[in-house]
Amino acid sequence: MGEVSAEEPEQRETRAEPGEPVIATHALTKRYRGGQLAVDGLDLTVPAGSVFGFLGPNGSGKTTTIRMLMGLIEPTSGTARVLGQPMPRATRAVLPHVGALIEGPALYGFLSGRDNLIRYDSADPAADPRTRRVRVASALDRVGLTAAAGKKAKAYSLGMKQRLGLAAALLQPRRLLVLDEPTNGLDPQGMREIRALVRELASDGTTVFLSSHLLDEIAQVCTHAAVMAQGRLITQGPVAELSAGARGRLVVTTPDPAEAARILKEQGVADVVVTDDRVMGEPPDRDLAEVNAALVTAGVRVRGFMVERASLEDAFVALTGEGFDVAG
Amino acid sequence: MSRAEVVESVRPVSPLWTFGLLRNELVTTFRRWRTLALLAVLAGVPVLVGIAVKIETGDGSSPGGGGGGGPAFISQITNNGLFLVFTALAATLPFFLPMAVGVVAGDAIAGEAASGTLRYLLVAPAGRSRLLLTKYATVVVFCLAATLVVAVSALTVGALLFPLGDLTTISGTQISFAEGLGRALLIALAVAASLIGVAALGLFVSTLTGSGIAAMATTVGLLITVQILDQIPQLHALHPYFFSHYWLSFADLMREPVYWDELAKNLGLQALYAAVFGSAAWARFTAKDITA
Repeated sequence: MGEVSAEEPEQRETRAEPGEPVIATHALTKRYRGGQLAVDGLDLTVPAGSVFGFLGPNGSGKTTTIRMLMGLIEPTSGTARVLGQPMPRATRAVLPHVGALIEGPALYGFLSGRDNLIRYDSADPAADPRTRRVRVASALDRVGLTAAAGKKAKAYSLGMKQRLGLAAALLQPRRLLVLDEPTNGLDPQGMREIRALVRELASDGTTVFLSSHLLDEIAQVCTHAAVMAQGRLITQGPVAELSAGARGRLVVTTPDPAEAARILKEQGVADVVVTDDRVMGEPPDRDLAEVNAALVTAGVRVRGFMVERASLEDAFVALTGEGFDVAG
Repeated sequence: MSRAEVVESVRPVSPLWTFGLLRNELVTTFRRWRTLALLAVLAGVPVLVGIAVKIETGDGSSPGGGGGGGPAFISQITNNGLFLVFTALAATLPFFLPMAVGVVAGDAIAGEAASGTLRYLLVAPAGRSRLLLTKYATVVVFCLAATLVVAVSALTVGALLFPLGDLTTISGTQISFAEGLGRALLIALAVAASLIGVAALGLFVSTLTGSGIAAMATTVGLLITVQILDQIPQLHALHPYFFSHYWLSFADLMREPVYWDELAKNLGLQALYAAVFGSAAWARFTAKDITA
């Protein structure tokens, strides 16, 4: 596979200062003509080299934010900088270094998969036409579409279209990849492949900005995350810190669940739930060894006593006060 | 990858690469079934006219009753097949040709928006002005291609069904067949240029909507409306500003000497439409939020 290491002079000019974030927005706001406030005073910072998960329920303003970052929509107020340059003013200099998959793939059904990529590549004035065929072939190979490259895109399945959209984002070596719901329509095997691809790209130093409604997906690959709800940024930071913010759950395994639940309540454990031989609750603000001792003193036979680490989902529910699938 | 290739790929961006998009746009447009179908319909018109004239005059009578009805030059086709070129262009210019151009121009931006491919072209980044210019250039090339398809089809059918030879101009003078061919080419160019205004109008409409069908329908609707208004005597004062008003001036190229007055007015009017609606399309497209 011919890896193309083209580095145009332009690329050096747009290289951000070390430590400068790849995406930085300040009070970014978009109000649509109908008066609807889609994004409200967003201050987003995506560090270089991160795999950044962008979370939020449907209608929370994620896609509007991505469109503003890509220069497709003019912000009502506020600023957005991508790769250290202002958007949408610097689209011509910035976007050749950005690969994007926005709101699903869009293809020319009457063209073959290969010709679709050739068309997108020739739309990029910074793409070298002499290496076009090689780059298209290697992008197709990277997403596993080499065998279907000659088929018309309208005959593609949703998963194949998604892969072709990803291939378009990988036509050139990119410094930033913006992937909006990249695993939509893919089977579990396809999802695993995408995750592996994201990890591989990130290890090459590409910053990946990944929006998803699948928390699991974000938790598995992301180093950083931001949560949006109703147009506002609720939180952002390293994934480890975000989940640390939400408290874990105390889980006691015992053949005497009723008695255990009573003791735990006495010890200040809130929100106690009993399922079969497991008793769960929010741990109190005191030494858990004392809680365990109280259980044993009361004659409860304890088989297991542990604090389950909070998942990103717990953090999300704690932050938004609602389930993840509830639209804002 | 060899060392030499690596060194080569570091060479600076050539400004000529920007035409890669135009080339791709042309290939993409002319490979679509819809474009080919439109061209096939246009190629069919001269065949129908030629066969109709041949059948009509099979008994030796002259078509159109010696003048009066039918498109320009139709009565001369039996004497000289070259006149089928002029007749076919006169027959397709009022509706078929501008309709085909309206479909291609109306779909130019709106069709990409409807399929979502517009956002990917713009993040490539094609550049809004560059994309719009590419689209307009492609529509203008289509104007020329569509006109030439009609002309070549008519010349072929004319040569097969009727005699060819020296011809008589509208002014009554004789010109050689070679010069007649030259005039036919000039007329085809004048007809193609007559479509520049509709092309700009269609492109502008195309930037207003996210639906390709709506843009095509609006453009073709405007075309029909203008043609009707151009027939209403009370609107006489407005007529010189309708893009279709001087269309049939191409017949003046068959005079001896050529009568340039209306031809120049037609070209000026088309340039005016291109400037006005081209600017409007640019102003609209470069400021538009792409939400599709």
